Amino acid sequence: MFTYIARRIVYVIPIVISVALVCFLLVHITPGDPLVAVLPADASQELAQQLRTAYGFDRPLPVQFGLWLWRAVHGDLGSSIATGRPVLSEVMRAVGNTVTLAIFAAMIGFTLGLLFGLIAGYFRDSWIDKLATSFAIAGVSVPHYWLGMVLVIIFSVQLNWLPAVGAGPGGSGAWAWDWDHLRYLILPAVTSSVIPMGIVTRTVRALTGDILSQDFVEALRAKGLRETNVFRHVIKNAAPTALAVMGLQLGYMLGGSILIETVFSWPGSGLLLNSAIFQRDLPLLQGTILVLALFFVLLNLLVDIAQAAIDPRIKRG
Amino acid sequence: MSTITDLALQAAPVTKARGYWATVGRRIMRDKISIACALILILIFASALFAPWLGLADPYQGSMIRRLRHIGTPGYLLGTDELGRDMLSRLVYGGRLSLIIGILPVILAFVIGTGLGLVAGYVGGKLNTAIMRTIDVFYAFPSVLLAIAISGALGAGIVNSIVSLTVVFVPQITRVAESVTTGVRNMDFVEAARASGAGPLTIMRVHMLGNVLGPIFVYATGLISVSMILAAGLSFLGLGTKPPEPEWGLMLNTLRTAIYVNPWVAALPGVMIFAVSICFNLLSDGMRSAMDIRN
Repeated sequence: MFTYIARRIVYVIPIVISVALVCFLLVHITPGDPLVAVLPADASQELAQQLRTAYGFDRPLPVQFGLWLWRAVHGDLGSSIATGRPVLSEVMRAVGNTVTLAIFAAMIGFTLGLLFGLIAGYFRDSWIDKLATSFAIAGVSVPHYWLGMVLVIIFSVQLNWLPAVGAGPGGSGAWAWDWDHLRYLILPAVTSSVIPMGIVTRTVRALTGDILSQDFVEALRAKGLRETNVFRHVIKNAAPTALAVMGLQLGYMLGGSILIETVFSWPGSGLLLNSAIFQRDLPLLQGTILVLALFFVLLNLLVDIAQAAIDPRIKRG
Repeated sequence: MSTITDLALQAAPVTKARGYWATVGRRIMRDKISIACALILILIFASALFAPWLGLADPYQGSMIRRLRHIGTPGYLLGTDELGRDMLSRLVYGGRLSLIIGILPVILAFVIGTGLGLVAGYVGGKLNTAIMRTIDVFYAFPSVLLAIAISGALGAGIVNSIVSLTVVFVPQITRVAESVTTGVRNMDFVEAARASGAGPLTIMRVHMLGNVLGPIFVYATGLISVSMILAAGLSFLGLGTKPPEPEWGLMLNTLRTAIYVNPWVAALPGVMIFAVSICFNLLSDGMRSAMDIRN
């Protein structure tokens, strides 16, 4: 087990460095001068040169990357061009809200997905299977930002039950765990739960079907095991793959939250990314993407380790 | 050449065993859902293609006095948008750009990814490691984040949005192509081709491509659904085309302000995205089961 974990961690190091390289290069594929956003329109050549030196844009690329990486490792991702505040603290504050949203969405999506998937796989080709499969295919095909709009139309505009945007009464202030704040979480969480719901349903349905058609299930039934116990074996066999898929989906929700957060003005990392793009705030853009990608890599690592912990076949492989 | 095969087909006895693709075709034709989806897609594609000849209103012509008419208003079947432009016309014309930016990335990625995966899978060794480890880096980003990152860095624009989505899909198709190719590589007929003196390029092109293309194609068809949603999503964020161009994602964005006045007209462009996306998904599922591919 420990050698497996160690091997996985060693394998992650080059990935992390490459991810950092991609994030670093992002700024350099941008057309135009990255200083445009900070410089006043009538700035002198001297001022431009001074700032270029201050941001380090005058050095050769590999040196810039080395310096940037060194600072990033020490938690310094530069400061936002728009606000002047450190990028890391801006990102971390926003990520908290994204995590809250993702966890709620995951709870809804995974519960429904597991339930639908198991039932559909077990009662294959029945009407209940067809219903669950239709839900699943709609979930993976729906443009979720549009679904968000439709939910706002129904529950905010027409019924006036839930707030349409924001993360709390009186603007997006501090988050608190009370009904006044939770009301704001419901629509965005339901909206972002549909994709994981669809994918988990489809995965678990296929897994359940595959496992039930294997010989050992026949053997279990032949030796007189009750159907509930057969079902326990099915769940045990489906767990590692289902876990991996759910981990990946959680990662997608954390990293791909920009559309949902834009629709609901949810003050998370996605909304931060949105403002970074449209204010041409390149350090903030770079830093947010780096932090989100690293979260994703870390989550994948944890999922792999968890998978190995519950599935003895992986360690041998 | 073709006349000879046609003649041969006509002359063949009825009991002759059907080929693989004929079987697949027959299975798809019997699948009602796949046929329905194909028909809906053909309708949407054809209307987008022949939009100028359908006698629709000018999609750019607005009017301050007839803004946000409801669905079913006489003369405006699907109402009007926030600038008084005919929605039906804008939805039909919008299909042109929306379908291009949604499907072109998958086609490009299909060509590039199949090429990379075929080479990686067939040549193997160090080249395989180099290609596949580079691909792994892109897997370290959630696909939405990667698309936004590239699109956001390059700036708004149709070409940039197509480029960023192509970059997102190339790694996924390469992985599928590589694994399918590796599965075929050691089969006897490839060995036979090699023994008879065929070079690597000939083997890949003549003997392997036909055997790996099917599964990759089905996978790519499924990706179109994701691509449509992401491409419209980029436009929705303002990273795609610019107003007043009709495009479903952008229309959804500009109509957001209208949800308090005329909510159901505002939701219409999303219905189009949803329809195209779900049809491609169901079609991909239908082909998958017709070709008996296990994922």
